[in-house]
Amino acid sequence: MNRVVPILTVVLAIFAIWYVASFTMNRAWVMDQAARAGETPSLSEQIAGTMNQSRPVVPAPHQVAVELYDGIFDKAVTSKRSLVYHGFITLQATLWGFALGIIGGVALAILIVLSRTADLTLMPWAIISQTIPVVALAPMIVILTNALGAESLMVPKAIIAGYLSFFPVLVSMVKGLTSPDAMQLDLLRTYGATKNQVFWKLRLPASMPFFFASLKIAVAASLVGAIVGELPTGAISGLGARMLIGSQFGNPMIMWSALFAAAILAAMLIWVVGGIERVASRAMGGQSA
Amino acid sequence: MNSESKNRVPVISAKSVDLTFQTGDGPVHALSDINLDIFKGEFVSFIGPSGCGKTTFLRTIAALEEPTGGSIMVNGMTPDEARKARAYGYVFQAAGLYPWRTIAGNVKLPLEIMGYPKAEQDSRVEKVLEMVDLSGFGQKYPWQLSGGMQQRASIARALSFDADILLMDEPFGALDEIVRDHLNEQLLELWARTEKTIGFVTHSIPEAVFLSTRIVVMSPRPGRIHDVIDCDLGPDRPLDIRETPEFLAIAHRVREGLRAGHSYEDV
Repeated sequence: MNRVVPILTVVLAIFAIWYVASFTMNRAWVMDQAARAGETPSLSEQIAGTMNQSRPVVPAPHQVAVELYDGIFDKAVTSKRSLVYHGFITLQATLWGFALGIIGGVALAILIVLSRTADLTLMPWAIISQTIPVVALAPMIVILTNALGAESLMVPKAIIAGYLSFFPVLVSMVKGLTSPDAMQLDLLRTYGATKNQVFWKLRLPASMPFFFASLKIAVAASLVGAIVGELPTGAISGLGARMLIGSQFGNPMIMWSALFAAAILAAMLIWVVGGIERVASRAMGGQSA
Repeated sequence: MNSESKNRVPVISAKSVDLTFQTGDGPVHALSDINLDIFKGEFVSFIGPSGCGKTTFLRTIAALEEPTGGSIMVNGMTPDEARKARAYGYVFQAAGLYPWRTIAGNVKLPLEIMGYPKAEQDSRVEKVLEMVDLSGFGQKYPWQLSGGMQQRASIARALSFDADILLMDEPFGALDEIVRDHLNEQLLELWARTEKTIGFVTHSIPEAVFLSTRIVVMSPRPGRIHDVIDCDLGPDRPLDIRETPEFLAIAHRVREGLRAGHSYEDV
């Protein structure tokens, strides 16, 4: 209960600010219409006029909620206007990219930890890679994968998502794999442990808390990557494509509902990753057991 | 040491061991001309101020450091060969148990690394946990145990592969005095039961006198042996022995030795 009150307070504050913003941003149109008709609307008429426009500058929360409900529950999931359909397309790319990011990040981290040369040669490139704007890179990846024979946009989108998500995994895993202190390493030396045994028995399990902490960041980054991958590539399906279509056709409702669908998707992904983390931590003797 | 052990071959034999670390601030002379024989079944304590090389010497025996001069033999082998022959178990100041393994899993760690068969691993774990009075705690995780119990588990881990030599680097240094007393008694019991040779680094004079058959007093800069004190209080040592005149006399001599080492440093 103690957690509910502050959360509700913040939500209420957000709604209040949002309604005020809807009113002030959409008011100009109401006043315009009224001026043309030669009327002076009262405040309550102004409010009524700003809350249910079909093409508002800032749609009111209840409008977004209705659009969201409609897009999720009232359309067949196969419909091109269903947010579930588009969300699923984006989710697929996100999960493929997430998997790519985990594999890439963990593999690079292992290389970097085991070999000093890899540390010196790979790490700077990994950092540089994150300074390139993905929006600029995305079309190139699309063209490249297309030239190499990829038929759908799924492949380049997954690559872009993986490109964004490998980095937090890499950084955390390098930190995690090097987290055992000198005493821990000395102890294994007194047993005559091989480099392999040190890795499997000490370094890898010691890195797990770092790994799971990075997964939450990585999965969010992967979703951003998948959506960004849909923006500049002429995609017609996916939440990113919906956002773009909404903005191009001047229909903010589509944009806003896609935006919120993406937020809900992100929350679900992070919740699932958090659940996996809790299960793993319990299996590894975590104190929450 | 008694006359009987003099006739035997030493388990650990250090001959004019020298060790200099090259650091950013120039060379540090950690060990200088260390000569010491430790015989089977002895309990030898190393005591001295920080920087006297007592831990370094223990690490040198365990092949965790390599001397830059002189030689060390363990069971007639080099420390490195002795390690491969599983001659010693090492206990560090921190228990260093893996939080993701149960107590039994932690004790099993060296056995897994050394490739003991599964069934033997389990029977050995059970045996050593019983030795340190932790039977029934095998399935607990380290955080569920007190600091003293964790350190006992780490001793069990060092005992699990049945090394003849137990090297302990301030194993009870981080524990409070009551727990420490209790563990000292248990360690004596364990030592009497297993007849292991123990090398024990400590900061505490009463601990050294209470536990040891010999006390090596060391002094710093360069780290060297200042005095070696025979300390045979007999096999049966209740905690009360610390109030007897014999005990106090030895403790006094150790304190003198430590003081002399310190004044040397200040010159």
